[in-house]
Amino acid sequence: MKLIQIFDPAMCCNTGVCGVDVDQQLVSFSADIDWAKQNGAQIERFNLAQQPMIFADTQAVREFLERSGQEALPLILVDGKFALAGRYPNRIELSRWAEINLPVSEIEPIAEVKPSEGCCSGGKCC
Amino acid sequence: MKFLENPPRFLFFTGKGGVGKTSIACASAIQLAEAGKQVLLVSTDPASNVGQVFGITIGNNITAIPAVPNLAALEIDPQAAAQLYRDKIVGPVRGLLPEAVVKGIEEQLSGACTTEIAAFDEFTALLIDSPLTAEYDHIVFDTAPTGHTIRLLQLPGAWSGFLEEGKGDASCLGPLAGLEKQREQYKAAVDALADAEKTRLILVARAQQSTLREVARTHEELASIGLKQQYLVINALLPKTEAETDALAAAIYKREQAALHNIPEVLKALPQDMVVLKAFDLVGLDALRQLLKNTPWHPQKTINTTLVLDKPSLSKLVDNIAADGHGLIMLMGKGGVGKTTIAAAVAVELAHRGLSVHLTTSDPAAHLSETLSGTLNGVLDKLTVSRIDPHAETERYRQHVLETKGALLDAQGRALLEEDLRSPCTEEIAVFQAFSRIIREAGKKFVVMDTAPTGHTLLLLDATGAYHREVSRQMGNTSLHFTTPMMQLQNQQQTKVLIVTLAEKTPVLEAANLQADLRRAGIEPWAWVINNSIAATFTSSQLLHQRALNELTEIDTVATKHAKRYAIVPMLKDEPIGVQRLLDLSA
Repeated sequence: MKLIQIFDPAMCCNTGVCGVDVDQQLVSFSADIDWAKQNGAQIERFNLAQQPMIFADTQAVREFLERSGQEALPLILVDGKFALAGRYPNRIELSRWAEINLPVSEIEPIAEVKPSEGCCSGGKCC
Repeated sequence: MKFLENPPRFLFFTGKGGVGKTSIACASAIQLAEAGKQVLLVSTDPASNVGQVFGITIGNNITAIPAVPNLAALEIDPQAAAQLYRDKIVGPVRGLLPEAVVKGIEEQLSGACTTEIAAFDEFTALLIDSPLTAEYDHIVFDTAPTGHTIRLLQLPGAWSGFLEEGKGDASCLGPLAGLEKQREQYKAAVDALADAEKTRLILVARAQQSTLREVARTHEELASIGLKQQYLVINALLPKTEAETDALAAAIYKREQAALHNIPEVLKALPQDMVVLKAFDLVGLDALRQLLKNTPWHPQKTINTTLVLDKPSLSKLVDNIAADGHGLIMLMGKGGVGKTTIAAAVAVELAHRGLSVHLTTSDPAAHLSETLSGTLNGVLDKLTVSRIDPHAETERYRQHVLETKGALLDAQGRALLEEDLRSPCTEEIAVFQAFSRIIREAGKKFVVMDTAPTGHTLLLLDATGAYHREVSRQMGNTSLHFTTPMMQLQNQQQTKVLIVTLAEKTPVLEAANLQADLRRAGIEPWAWVINNSIAATFTSSQLLHQRALNELTEIDTVATKHAKRYAIVPMLKDEPIGVQRLLDLSA
């Protein structure tokens, strides 16, 4: 069983509800993680604001932060090796890493959604 | 006093700031200690002044009170607790992770939830069986104002429910990650709170209609989360004898008796105590020993000094405000100081001068409609009134998030999202959003807002701050012109913050702390308003006269130490309800 480790940027909560606006990516991803875990995936998730020691102790993550800064998070390691950075994975990617052998049609990825509304919500651009 | 008969182990005093719960908690602790019990007095008020009352420094460690055998005290400072928590998390990675990353983490942990969680964590340690508190027969809590208290007490219920279910990631309870090993402790604390054998809640109020209504709400809210054993104390009642000597005293007496007569139905069933108004300041041991003894007050000597109070009126302040033609006026202060009344008075004054005014309130108690009841019809067509209802806003926000962001989630994901939306920060965000919608109007006319009690206000500002940083970040280094709500609050041309207080020691101290907090956020209060001043009235009542003399010290402190400019609003014979009486406040 491969270990998927997700290193989140510093944030109040994993679904991002506490932000100025709810980040759709985070909302969907929390659900994706739940789904993957139910299908047997081994996933660990670390929040920079809450468990910074793990970031400092994991050489690959520490060097990544030094090189690219926290803006480049999230970082996803699979068995300690770089898998993805800068965005959250979708269910298909999670399935590949976790070796969840389901037909693609049953993975039922959450439909693609528009990027999170920023200051330009409501049609009026800033 | 009924509330001190057969007391259980834990006694909680709750009520709005300035009703005297610190004094009554101190007096109760002294009485229990002098009856031979081992007593620990705990203050969880962010503006704690228990040390001040006893004339010693207490702080975050259990400290024996030298003057009272058997009594020890402890002050829990939520801000300090949060700082400790931050240090615990950030300290070990300093120097290991890039400086910018460390700064970012600290920023994240400077939010309201961290403060609440850290304070809660210290609070629970006192409610469970432990060697720390084993020697005490009674632990007396002098708690923060109602809103804060409710949240603090609600948290154990919400959390223990969550922790028992234990599903998914900790999500909004994230900051608990570092404290997770104490699950058992949280559960034990909740059980102790809801156990009538162990815990008694004493609601402290004044004989004022709006205060009693708020206490009734607190009573129901706390009863519904399990705190069933409740007592009511009406503090600082004017004795009947005073009413015979003076018109103002007679008016106050009549008003108080009417409020008691019309006490909300739900409070009638509670055991009730009355504490009469004292002429002395409740500082020092002797004064506190006298507090709960309702001996009639006999003046030692007749006071003949005539008060000479060169009082700047609210009307003068409004002159300055009106000159700008438009802007945001925010009334800030602890609960119970009369922000809603002063906001209404300022709005009515501005409208009276022919200026367009939008008066709005986020006060959970919604005094505003009471203050202006039935008096708007055509009298002041320049004035519009609205209310931000924190509960309604929170519900709307919850629904909005669930319908938009939650629409595509499966059942599991939706459950997780709903769990997060039950967090305390959800309400703060919802209220902030409603708030920022209205302040945009301030570019064209006057917007006058009262705000909810201090803790709430600061959380709002914190949310504004986060928004400011977020917008700045999104705008990057482009030279585009932009204004965020925070920048608008910091600019005195656009926003004037008026701090409302009472001419009493604790309220002035609390207001000064609030000012310091605002200054940390880069907001300089424009003026102070001292409300309900007896010194600004004419009275021949000896008791009231003595109170007025005490006020002068506090007024002087405000004028010389705290305020850039200030106004004094007199206590009126009639409650300031209706446009004419509101105008009278400013005169």
